[in-house]
Amino acid sequence: MKLRPDLAIIADAVPRAARVLDVGCGDGELMAALQGKGVDARGLEIDADNVTAAIARGQSVVQGDANRDLADYPDDAFDYAILSQTLQTTERPDRVVDELLRIAPRAFVSFPNFAHWRIRLALLWGGRMPVTRLLPVAWYETPNIHHVTVSDFRDLVRAKGINVERVWHLSGDKPASDAAASWRAEHAIFLISR
Amino acid sequence: MASLLHDIRHHSVTIAAPLPLDSGQVLPSVTIAYQSYGALNADKSNAVLICHALTGDQYVASDHPATGKPGWWARMVGPGKPIDTDRFHVICANVLGSCMGTSGPASPDAATGAPLGMAFPVITITDMVRAQAMLLDHLGISRLHAIVGGSMGGMQTLAWAAAYPDRLASALVIASAARHSAQNIAFHEVGRQAIMADPDWQDGQYYGSARAPTKGLAVARMAAHITYLSEEGLTEKFGRRLQARDIKSFGFDADFQVESYLRHQGLAFTDRFDANAYLYITRAMDYFDLADPHDGRLAGAFANAKDVRFTLVSFDTDWLYPTSESRRVVQALQSVGAAASFVELSAPFGHDSFLLDVPALDRLVAGSLRSGLA
Repeated sequence: MKLRPDLAIIADAVPRAARVLDVGCGDGELMAALQGKGVDARGLEIDADNVTAAIARGQSVVQGDANRDLADYPDDAFDYAILSQTLQTTERPDRVVDELLRIAPRAFVSFPNFAHWRIRLALLWGGRMPVTRLLPVAWYETPNIHHVTVSDFRDLVRAKGINVERVWHLSGDKPASDAAASWRAEHAIFLISR
Repeated sequence: MASLLHDIRHHSVTIAAPLPLDSGQVLPSVTIAYQSYGALNADKSNAVLICHALTGDQYVASDHPATGKPGWWARMVGPGKPIDTDRFHVICANVLGSCMGTSGPASPDAATGAPLGMAFPVITITDMVRAQAMLLDHLGISRLHAIVGGSMGGMQTLAWAAAYPDRLASALVIASAARHSAQNIAFHEVGRQAIMADPDWQDGQYYGSARAPTKGLAVARMAAHITYLSEEGLTEKFGRRLQARDIKSFGFDADFQVESYLRHQGLAFTDRFDANAYLYITRAMDYFDLADPHDGRLAGAFANAKDVRFTLVSFDTDWLYPTSESRRVVQALQSVGAAASFVELSAPFGHDSFLLDVPALDRLVAGSLRSGLA
């Protein structure tokens, strides 16, 4: 089974034998890939059906809410925390980032870039909140409550004094150049550290 | 009825070693009745211990010798079932203090041969677990692939992980808690008072007489049975419907279906359970609080259980052992770094959901047993 491109990048970048918490792990797709390379992967997931599916495939997943339940993990419980495509759905993304870097010294954070040119155009010409391939849900039912851009996220981590170790930009399934990332990246994956 | 119950012969082993109890008393020897299913493999690594609930027994997947009904978890345990006896050697032992062949209040006094009654010492969940560990020692099984338990069985499973963390690879705890709440204790006290208020209880020495406190035991069961169901389930099953009549009787017969149902449940229970055993086991549950020996810090109980894989399951309609109690255990496990899984399943049957048809539970049980299996 082929991993979503942002997950494939993360799966590749996590070193062997690391201890990892996948926040918003879904049915455990990324964890399964990580376990294949000897990573001790655990998950937090809000949806009971997803949690059931992940446990049924033998994974350690706790049903919980990234807004609240990260507090239950002790400091430095993991080597890496992963938050893929979830940041924009949390109530306070800034606090979630703090929690990620409390429970692990490093974190992968991936999110859709709301400054992608298609979104800018849709807003500029259409005057409506865009519905795109990556953001297929109308404004009133989207789980994305904090529309974040690559530049916004850079500002946030800079203000918090968080290091950016590496960034991957994706356009569709392909890498996008860093130079025009603000316009051209549909997705960004940040590897951040304390 | 009690005499009939105590005439049943169970497969059991008597271990002539002393069993020290939490109360400070010692049982000089202990008899443990148990059932097993599926073959033990050559390196004895495929054993799964199932811990039964308050009124459960060792007949997890075989017909009950008193009622003739199928085993209480026959839907979960057997060849090709989620706890697959083609792969696992499944052991289920009657708990200490119970009435299906294991040492309890109906056991004979070593000196006189007369039933002990209330002279049997008060026991705890951890005492039950110690007795099970003695059984495993006797069977030559040093380490279990998994321990599985629902309700009080889940309490034993947690107590196992706390007392013998090196003896189990994984723990599956369903619809349970790491302590009894005030509400839990309160309901149990109602049941105990019903039994002890029955004149036929005779201070617990009813075994030799023609009278047994069946009325009190039946009332205890009726009260407890309500706590095992959800309000939604009761309403759906019975509503305000009348039992075999069109109009109210303006009397105290079982006018309502729910009354008739509870009376039947209470009465049927007395055919298969001993009133004193009910007193002792409910007391053991009330005393249960895994955090107690650790200054109220539950994490302290699991300090050495980091390498045990835990799976906890709660049900959204279970108000007896609600999701918050499972979450509390998960938080404690996370704080010590143990691999813990947890999910709240949706099922309409209240606390009893763990015994009933909940397909997601089957998948979870099968999956959590598969993990870590070579």
